[in-house]
Amino acid sequence: MTAVSEPVAASRTRDAERVRRWLRGYGLLSPALAVMIAMLALPVAALVLLSFWTQHGFELDRSPTIENYAQLVRLKDEPTVWFGIPFYFAYPVPAILMIKSLVMSLSATVAVIALAYPMAYFLAFRVTRNKAMWIILITIPFWTSYLLRVFAWKIVLGFNGAINSGLKALGIIDQPLEFLLYNPGAVVITLAHSWVAFAILPIYVSLEKIDRSLLEAASDLGDSKLKRFLRITLPLSAPGTVAAALLVFIPTVGDYVTPTLVGGPGGTMIGNLVQELFLKQNNAPLGAAVAITMMLIIAVIVAIFLWAIGYRRIRSRRM
Amino acid sequence: MLRRLDAVWIYAILFVIFLYGPVLLMPVFALNDGTFATFPLKGFTLKNFSSMAANTSMILALQNSLKIAISVAILATALAIPASLALTRFRLPGGGPIQSFMMLPLVIPSIVIAVALLVIILKIFGIQLSLWTVAAGHVLICLPFCMSVLMARLEGFDPSLEEASRDLGCTAWQTFWRLTFPLAVPGVISSLLMGFIISFDEFVIAFFLTGTENTLPVYLFSQLRFPNKLPGVLALGSLILVGSAVLVIAAEVIRKRGAPSNNPGDY
Repeated sequence: MTAVSEPVAASRTRDAERVRRWLRGYGLLSPALAVMIAMLALPVAALVLLSFWTQHGFELDRSPTIENYAQLVRLKDEPTVWFGIPFYFAYPVPAILMIKSLVMSLSATVAVIALAYPMAYFLAFRVTRNKAMWIILITIPFWTSYLLRVFAWKIVLGFNGAINSGLKALGIIDQPLEFLLYNPGAVVITLAHSWVAFAILPIYVSLEKIDRSLLEAASDLGDSKLKRFLRITLPLSAPGTVAAALLVFIPTVGDYVTPTLVGGPGGTMIGNLVQELFLKQNNAPLGAAVAITMMLIIAVIVAIFLWAIGYRRIRSRRM
Repeated sequence: MLRRLDAVWIYAILFVIFLYGPVLLMPVFALNDGTFATFPLKGFTLKNFSSMAANTSMILALQNSLKIAISVAILATALAIPASLALTRFRLPGGGPIQSFMMLPLVIPSIVIAVALLVIILKIFGIQLSLWTVAAGHVLICLPFCMSVLMARLEGFDPSLEEASRDLGCTAWQTFWRLTFPLAVPGVISSLLMGFIISFDEFVIAFFLTGTENTLPVYLFSQLRFPNKLPGVLALGSLILVGSAVLVIAAEVIRKRGAPSNNPGDY
């Protein structure tokens, strides 16, 4: 590390200096880190612990058991058929809701990326003046009450909502359209709308980082606009796009507010089950097992996805 | 202008309409003289807003939310300042993983954070649920946001300024208060405002961790089930939306002021 000619003593003081610096750094970090450990790591550990206990009425049995997890995967002979898919689980609700949540969240994520990418492109390449103003305009909705943004869709899609009453006032329909609200489609639309503003920024950042001379070079060498986009812009913006997709997909699988407000009985998701097990059915251990299983499934899906697209390679590609 | 109105521009305008349209219906119907949120509009009224002043349970919930949001903003920022300094200035071994760990609340569904905190608070420690437990949960989810704002700001100015200050004989403490902190003030204010908004608008964690007292979003949620409460909900919702928007704009404008940066990530 140190130059050969340097006296040993000097190098030693420098090492001591560095260690002191590190200690000061860790000291500064420690309050925030302590809060994170006490309020995230420990609670999640407690949740894991609880998932191995059992609830008998009001009594919590603390002897460790895997019964809660066994309950989630126990099989029976008669399948419960859901949308033509037979589920051979004795308690099929969690599995059905999990698959449904994954499909709904995935649809919302695809919609978000499809909506956000052109907007990020617009911000990065078309806006020349008032860029800051545009970015603030896009970010405001994300910071304003999630609850209210979801509720707004209830007003839009409801039986007596804006679309139905508007179409009726215009004389286009006689009866309100009932298929608008309280179904998985309404949840997907609402989720997409709620999260789209959050997805624009990471995509925008990776588009903005692209060296403009690469684009000029491609044009000079005879690429058409479309070809240039497909060969340079799209691959180079992949890291931000993947990050945006994950930032939307991971939290939406467990969303609670949206399915509760606009999902109705048909649009419930796994988050609703967790809430019900904890607060209504008084079976926190089973709820904990469902929550932990959900997190593990999400983690596995994300890991497989990142491996499949070769994220490490994409990220290290030169900008 | 016409020359620039191509497909991308048209898309951008439609996008902004899509983004704001549903939300803007709320103030429109709140000012409408009718019991349902329906077209055609019946007439202009302010009675939905004026009747709010008499709603004591709402005002109580508002006070609770303000108390929580202000404490959370201050606490989360106070924790985030030293942590951001450590992560941007000290090149600590293990700094990367620590930073990722700090950002975890961003990607964990809030219902999982809520039930995990519920378990440790009730089943392990046996603490009563109250506004304090809500505030604790909010500090956790605000920390990553406050830290990203502050770290972007701290990375935005030249570290050689701090080296110069130390070479000129200032202690680390003096350097911080005379140089680093004043330069970081826009980031600090913006972090305070972000923490305030996130906590003020947060619903799921407050819903799980509150005791007998309501925060404003929890109160609002309890009202959503009753169709006859709709006009009041619309009026309250409109005010919250306007208030949040004003604070977000303030946070963003302050963050950008005097910080011309070449870093595209630092918007």
